[in-house]
Amino acid sequence: MHIIVCIKQVPNTTDVKIDPVKNTLIREGVESIINPFDTYAIEEAVRLKERFTGKVTVVTMGPPQAESALKEAISLGCDEGILVSDRKFAGSDTWATSYTLSCAIKKIGAFDIILCGKQASDGDTAQVGPGISTHLDIPQVTYVKKIEEIKGGLARVERMMEEGYDIVETPIPCLFTVVKEINTPRLPSLKGMMRAKAAKIVQWTAADINSEPKNIGLDGSPTRVVKIFTPAPRKGGEMLKGDAAELAQKVGDLLKDIII
Amino acid sequence: MDDSKINIILEKCTGCTLCVRICPFGAIKIENKKAIIDLSKCNLCGACVDSCKFAAIVVDKGSVAKKDLSAYKDVWVFCEQKKGVIQTISFELLGEGKKLANKLGGKLCAVLLGDKIEPKVDELVWRGADKVYLVDAPELKNYQDDPYTKVLVELVKEYKPEVILCGATVIGRSLISRVAITIDAGLTADCTGLDIDEKERLLLQTRPAFGGNIMATIITPNHRPQMSTVRHKVMKEPELNKSHKAEVIKKKYSNNILSSRTRIIDIVEEIEETINLSEADIIVSGGRGIGGPENFSHIKELAKVLGAAVGASRATVDAGWIPYSHQVGQTGKTVCPKLYIACGISGQIQHLIGMQSSKVILAINKDPDAPIFKVATYGIVGDIFEIIPALTKEFKKILKK
Amino acid sequence: MDYLFNEQQVMVRDLARKIAQEKIKPVAAHYDETEEFAWPIMKILSDSDLFGVYIPEAYGGLGGGITEMCLVTEELSRACGGIALGFAGTGLGTFPILLYGSEEQKKKYLPDIAKGKRLAAFCITEAEAGSDAGGIKTTAKKDGDHYILNGTKQWITNAGEAEVYTVIAMTDKTKGARGASAFIVEKGTKGLEFGLKEKKMGIRASATREVIFTDCKVPKENLISKEGMGFIVAMKTFDNSRPGVAAQAVGIAQGSLDVALEYARKRIQFGQPISSFQAIQHMLADMGTQIEAARALVFATARMVDAGITGVAKDSAMCKLFAGDMAMKVTTDAVQILGGYGYMRDYPAEKYMRDAKITQIYEGTNQIQRNVIAAHMIKESLKASK
Repeated sequence: MHIIVCIKQVPNTTDVKIDPVKNTLIREGVESIINPFDTYAIEEAVRLKERFTGKVTVVTMGPPQAESALKEAISLGCDEGILVSDRKFAGSDTWATSYTLSCAIKKIGAFDIILCGKQASDGDTAQVGPGISTHLDIPQVTYVKKIEEIKGGLARVERMMEEGYDIVETPIPCLFTVVKEINTPRLPSLKGMMRAKAAKIVQWTAADINSEPKNIGLDGSPTRVVKIFTPAPRKGGEMLKGDAAELAQKVGDLLKDIII
Repeated sequence: MDDSKINIILEKCTGCTLCVRICPFGAIKIENKKAIIDLSKCNLCGACVDSCKFAAIVVDKGSVAKKDLSAYKDVWVFCEQKKGVIQTISFELLGEGKKLANKLGGKLCAVLLGDKIEPKVDELVWRGADKVYLVDAPELKNYQDDPYTKVLVELVKEYKPEVILCGATVIGRSLISRVAITIDAGLTADCTGLDIDEKERLLLQTRPAFGGNIMATIITPNHRPQMSTVRHKVMKEPELNKSHKAEVIKKKYSNNILSSRTRIIDIVEEIEETINLSEADIIVSGGRGIGGPENFSHIKELAKVLGAAVGASRATVDAGWIPYSHQVGQTGKTVCPKLYIACGISGQIQHLIGMQSSKVILAINKDPDAPIFKVATYGIVGDIFEIIPALTKEFKKILKK
Repeated sequence: MDYLFNEQQVMVRDLARKIAQEKIKPVAAHYDETEEFAWPIMKILSDSDLFGVYIPEAYGGLGGGITEMCLVTEELSRACGGIALGFAGTGLGTFPILLYGSEEQKKKYLPDIAKGKRLAAFCITEAEAGSDAGGIKTTAKKDGDHYILNGTKQWITNAGEAEVYTVIAMTDKTKGARGASAFIVEKGTKGLEFGLKEKKMGIRASATREVIFTDCKVPKENLISKEGMGFIVAMKTFDNSRPGVAAQAVGIAQGSLDVALEYARKRIQFGQPISSFQAIQHMLADMGTQIEAARALVFATARMVDAGITGVAKDSAMCKLFAGDMAMKVTTDAVQILGGYGYMRDYPAEKYMRDAKITQIYEGTNQIQRNVIAAHMIKESLKASK
């Protein structure tokens, strides 16, 4: 079985803080991590490999430093890492990104399952996964919380819904975006870390993946960012004082309209 | 050959570092008192251009020949239904959609797909839809990617909407991304604000990024329709107007369009004793300060009295005190209830990200320095084991339970 | 301080630290309270390949040495000294096989230990034989193809949870110190039983039990080295494991310093954080310096052992002595810095203090260490003056 995992290296958003005085982003020393949702995709891919025997290729579109994310994925059990990197990709929105990744996947060749994390913690759009499956014209199931069975060219999965889940059957090859409920990602092992250190990451440019210039980067992006601003910070309010009974009464008065 | 789209006009740059600090991607640094852009990190978002007091940064966003988009009109809302029940997010979007349609001088149209779903059309009309595109077929009973995508694509190709709004739900996100890619349209997810630039006929889509730390306004200048998904409880449901009338357009499609590669084998409902966290109007949430799993009973009791959902911080979920489905925060659920009661929650940014848009926040914590007090509408420094039972008692009295 | 560890050692340390901070720290208080054995953590350590860091590659380990073992022990102890013993105690129980085992014994037992599939325990202490290890009474009588073991070992770390036990028993009482031998006994062997879990002051997540041998039949192939080698095996085992105990003490002390520092920064009294008061600053400075000094001793000793230098008994004793006494002082100071909160079980400081005490006691009390150090110093002085 050949499983492809698409990951993204993102800034560790918990470290990105707003300077309360200047109302600007403080970005010194923010480290880059694998998008948290992608770690679940990586874990599921490695589990599928262990369950069905096969190979896991991890791929990312990003700047040269994204190589460290690929190496980390290898230390967790992926077999090969591919970095799709080119200045021509700058300014890509989710349309262009999913197009670029689908070109890379076409170059990788035959596969059974593509796994993606539900969304990236910086963009938060959850659009790239479905975008890839549309560009490749393969069926998809999003919000997968369990892969029950893969047999005879069909996969049966549980898709998480707001009030429960659906059991969906899909022919393979197909794409799944996964949610955190699907597994608990493992920590890297020493052997994995050593393998990652020795691994050679393949690098592909826009030309290598036969991408059409009008579909990549800024030119390939229907959406444009016109403004970035920091939201007005939520301010603290009133501190209430008194003993438990007094406080309860005050709170009751203040919140009466909301709770009834 | 430097074909970069972003350039620093060195003569104007004073090395003041304003751009360095505003860049969300850390792509600018100062060398020899001049700004240098790391093109491998730059996303051409233009935040630095706005921040530079000396107009020293130029971004060439490319001049693509502006397409003739005059054929596109009207604001569409994809109305999600599950088991024949129209989801409330659809009503919220109709409310918002009406405002946008008015500014654009177009009509508000609802799109409804389902099986034997016609009786529900009125609910959409009463909330302001001027037109309803109805596609009723057994194959559309439950959401599946292929038929829904193909049907929506056919509708778009035929009727050319200028704007499409859709709920940012499991179904919505899955569906609308596929549609956007297929028809080569721009899609912005999880918008918290929508507005119209009437001169350019642009939908201004504002959304949070970096976990809510910054906001971005996005446009789709040269592609139609302009598509956005919106989370529920962000927009307001409109008033019911039962005298409103609308044109209903019924469409039928061939097997080709209605076929599906995937198939639903079963729909399993997980009945939680407590209310769906994401839908709740009131949430009572417990953090590490409650001390142990058995103490969630206090939280649950208070929630029961208020008819509220039970939330939890990541610390309690990681410690195994309560299942992950209750987790609120960056790696859990985002909620925006009318009232969020945070008990023993310190208020780390990862948690705040999940609940800071709550209308009213009441925080109870024994640590006066807990960051949650910086965002709470009302704060109480005290022992939650004294205060929560007192609150429960008081609310019982008020609600006469 | 930078000890100039090589890339592999940095990798080991960073992985151990990641596991300790992300997986052990959140549950340390829970296991201290319930005194359960932290099997889920053992599984994580096993999956990470950390159990095998000091075991040669030929047997499935990483091929590192005492330095790697101390790095892991220190990082794990920083989160919880008790849970760390699942790893460190296994090391102690493995050394007899590693240092003196035959090729067959190594091939049979080391791979599973390296993978973390089986834990180990070392059994020498008895009710009447603590510091006076020579006074052990457990016997091992040769009977055909077996040895029959009879006796009770006391206060054995990992007893009941481990599957591999290395045991020191008397094969010939008449020979005194030359009359003891070392054996490998597997859990499940008939005649091997365990007592109730001891209720301890600290390291409560570590399983400490009696190991009871009642006509326990052990195959003769399980004799380590030769009859009579028992105390030599034990001594060499302790020489190797002693830096590990010291590393545990350093880790515990470091963990308590982390807690004290964070608290001092946040606690406001008299309108300022207490970290701005000189009294607190001086305490913190002394704590930090003492920890670093102990750490330096640990890794200097570990490096010597790994380099194959044999005469390390005195240095090994010094690092264990210093680290243990240091840990008790530092953790007590940490409680002091936290003031009233330091005394409360809700806060992590008091656990570190309870955990630190054992490092002054086991694997040779600090009084015995002083004896050993003095004896060596006097011998060296005598030699030098000749």
